[in-house]
Amino acid sequence: MSKDIRIKKGLNINLVGAAEQTISKAVLSNVYALNLNDFHGITPKMLVKEGAEVKAGEALFYNKNYEDMQFVSPVSGELIEIERGARRRILTLKILADKEQQHVEHGSFDAANASSAEIKAFLLKGGCWPFVKQRPYDIVANPDATPKAIFVSAYVTAPLAANPDFALQGKEKELQAALSALGKLTPGKVHVSVGKTSNSPLASLAGIELHKVSGPHPAGLVGTQINKIDPINKGEVVWTVSPQDLVIIGELLLTGKFNAERVVALAGSSVKAPKYYKTKIGTEIATFLYASGVNGENFRVINGDVLTGSKSSQDGYLGFYNNTVTAIPEGDDYEFFGWNKPIFNKVSSTRALTFSWLQPKKKYDLTTNTNGEHRAFVVTGQYESVFPMDIFPMQLLKACMVKDLDEMEQLGLYEVAPEDFSLTEFICISKQPHQQIIREGLDLLYQEIG
Amino acid sequence: MHELKMKYQGKKMAPAFNAFHTFLYSPNETTHAGGTHVKGADDLKRTMNTVIMALVPILLFSMFNAGYQHFSAINGFPENFSVMEHFLTWDNFWIGIVKVLPLVVVSYGIGLIVEFIFAVIKGHEVEEGYLVTGMLVPLIVPVDTPLWMLAVAVVFGVVIGKEVFGGTGMNILNPALTIRAFLFFAYPTWMSGDKVWVHGAVDLAGGPDAISGETVLGFLAQNKEFQYSVSDMFFGFIPGSVGETSAFLCLLGGLFLIFSKIASWRIMVSAVIGSLVMGLVFNQVVELGWIGETSKFYGLMSFDFWKHLIVGGLAFGIVYMATDPVTGAQTNRGKWIYGFLIGFISVMIRVFNPAYPEGVFLAILLMNVFAPTIDHYVIRGNVNRRMKRLKNAVILPKDSDGKAEELKAETV
Repeated sequence: MSKDIRIKKGLNINLVGAAEQTISKAVLSNVYALNLNDFHGITPKMLVKEGAEVKAGEALFYNKNYEDMQFVSPVSGELIEIERGARRRILTLKILADKEQQHVEHGSFDAANASSAEIKAFLLKGGCWPFVKQRPYDIVANPDATPKAIFVSAYVTAPLAANPDFALQGKEKELQAALSALGKLTPGKVHVSVGKTSNSPLASLAGIELHKVSGPHPAGLVGTQINKIDPINKGEVVWTVSPQDLVIIGELLLTGKFNAERVVALAGSSVKAPKYYKTKIGTEIATFLYASGVNGENFRVINGDVLTGSKSSQDGYLGFYNNTVTAIPEGDDYEFFGWNKPIFNKVSSTRALTFSWLQPKKKYDLTTNTNGEHRAFVVTGQYESVFPMDIFPMQLLKACMVKDLDEMEQLGLYEVAPEDFSLTEFICISKQPHQQIIREGLDLLYQEIG
Repeated sequence: MHELKMKYQGKKMAPAFNAFHTFLYSPNETTHAGGTHVKGADDLKRTMNTVIMALVPILLFSMFNAGYQHFSAINGFPENFSVMEHFLTWDNFWIGIVKVLPLVVVSYGIGLIVEFIFAVIKGHEVEEGYLVTGMLVPLIVPVDTPLWMLAVAVVFGVVIGKEVFGGTGMNILNPALTIRAFLFFAYPTWMSGDKVWVHGAVDLAGGPDAISGETVLGFLAQNKEFQYSVSDMFFGFIPGSVGETSAFLCLLGGLFLIFSKIASWRIMVSAVIGSLVMGLVFNQVVELGWIGETSKFYGLMSFDFWKHLIVGGLAFGIVYMATDPVTGAQTNRGKWIYGFLIGFISVMIRVFNPAYPEGVFLAILLMNVFAPTIDHYVIRGNVNRRMKRLKNAVILPKDSDGKAEELKAETV
């Protein structure tokens, strides 16, 4: 059974440099790294010491607040560096990869006849649990909770993001195994959404509630879909998993091995030949970035898409959750009378001498320039036009800024993740950091109410 | 310029220099690491600039109209009026340059000085809000307003109307209207009556060459006949505050602002509806014979309901004042209510105000105060929807403690 979701409010940002649909194999990386900022809210406790030999799938550290939740190494090799920051917080773990890869063998797992506790234990031990995220709070799911539903979005509308229809081709078996197992963890449904006209490998799976989604960005964000399908109330928990992570979960269930392999889209106008690469979590981005060639010197490498990704660098590493790497030019130069002359080469949600509305299909080459300075909230009604949820975005942002817990709850903070505010942040005339405001609001709420 | 900016970075005067710098160049700031890496093309300067562009035709028109009204009041209105011969003349424009332009200069000069001082004291950037306010102010005062009076009012309006609340985006009342209200209550003789709307009328008053400059509403309030045709009123060849007279240009400006998605069409449409409804009600009162021709309200009440939109400041207020996003209602549904009430109350005050037959600025200021209340109830609607949903929430037990019922009881 499928139910259609049509989103009307939103804005598609068409950018130059979409990844061509061919998969190349990236060169093997020497060093792999886990960036601990990817795991928001997790306090790591190391299990192995610097210099130790680890196998692929062997636990490196665990969650201080939940000892069974283990985070594993994507490759086998030597843990060469534990990079620490202020107050000795662990920032990154670097592993020098072996020539011959060795995996920790968990043995295949019979999910069909296992209880939910056994499935959870297997995923926790196998290092796949961090792929399961929860809302509220947009953090790694608490294994003790029982979600009312699980959501997977295989419809992507974010600019230049990897297309799961293409990247997940031929992975039906793994996807089915993962979804069947996860389905046993909830008494509710497993909602999977695909594009309306897609040939997604997820469309034919059993045991799921399929939704066909159409409309502009943010129709593809899982938060938008949750809000339309089954919105989260206070006290409820839903889990979300990205489709590319389902493949890794599925493989663990089928083969008993943690296989960090992933198809990644390399995109952006600073890349000469943007295309897909098969590589591993934590790989050096340079291993495929330079294979495609780059335009110019002054560009930014982003782990993820341009709206929600995190800033990386040319010698950075692929993030734990990312299947897109974007490179776009830095915009750190001045523009003469930039504020009042007509603009043809940038995206805008207004028509104030900006002309992106004339050519909705045109592809733009945007830089990282902010196109203006930070101001207080002034204009109203703008965010609502690109925000499809039944939530007042500006009022919620203001509630987060003044740390009014009651307002935050009542206005629906439980339902949102920072990424849901990426589009409002993009169009924001006052250049406010929406995602950061929401993140801080969620952290505060988690801390106070949990 | 870039070097100057660097030189003053971190110093006390930095905001002042940055203001000049960003006036010339859009900044070289790049997006920070945690947010979106690209951003939309618009910034606040562009938004404000769009409103100013919509005001420029009105300013030009008002400069010609200042002269046209002046000479017409002395020599009588020309028969066979032609726009090129009688309106767009150098003589008319010269009056505009002498009388209207100084108002603009004083408004911007004094206002921006206050803004700069506050920016330097508080160490924030000079904000763009005043760019529009400074343009609006000269357009909503009588043409002969003494410049010192305007300067005092601007200082009051910017400091009390805006900066004490924290600057652009934080104010409760529309600063331009705060300035207008200050003038109205502090210097009423200069702001109302039949002498202030045409240049020269005050100076000549009492002498042999006395001229009158009564507005259409003024005539109506005194139940007098007037000689302006509907097209005069629509295109704006009538006396009134400097820039308010031309409903036609306000209409064009409004359409431009709606098209560019800068101002809210909801507020404009609902305000028009609100004023028409109130006008219709008054027309019906006359129709039903509830008041006679001797009533002092007869003139204004019997005035055709749709004509309220083309006289006085209603059109200008609806397009440029009511749509101020900071002081208006912020929710879409709230905007409908807010706009409707502005139109409704404007016409009501206009008819019932004994001293001064105009009420747009009072109506908008009143609704500015009530806008947060309107929004509050609209938002409560959303919150209540969420609360209703909560009753059917599926709160599942945690594996470790089966306290779902308790949790549910607590949250519902």
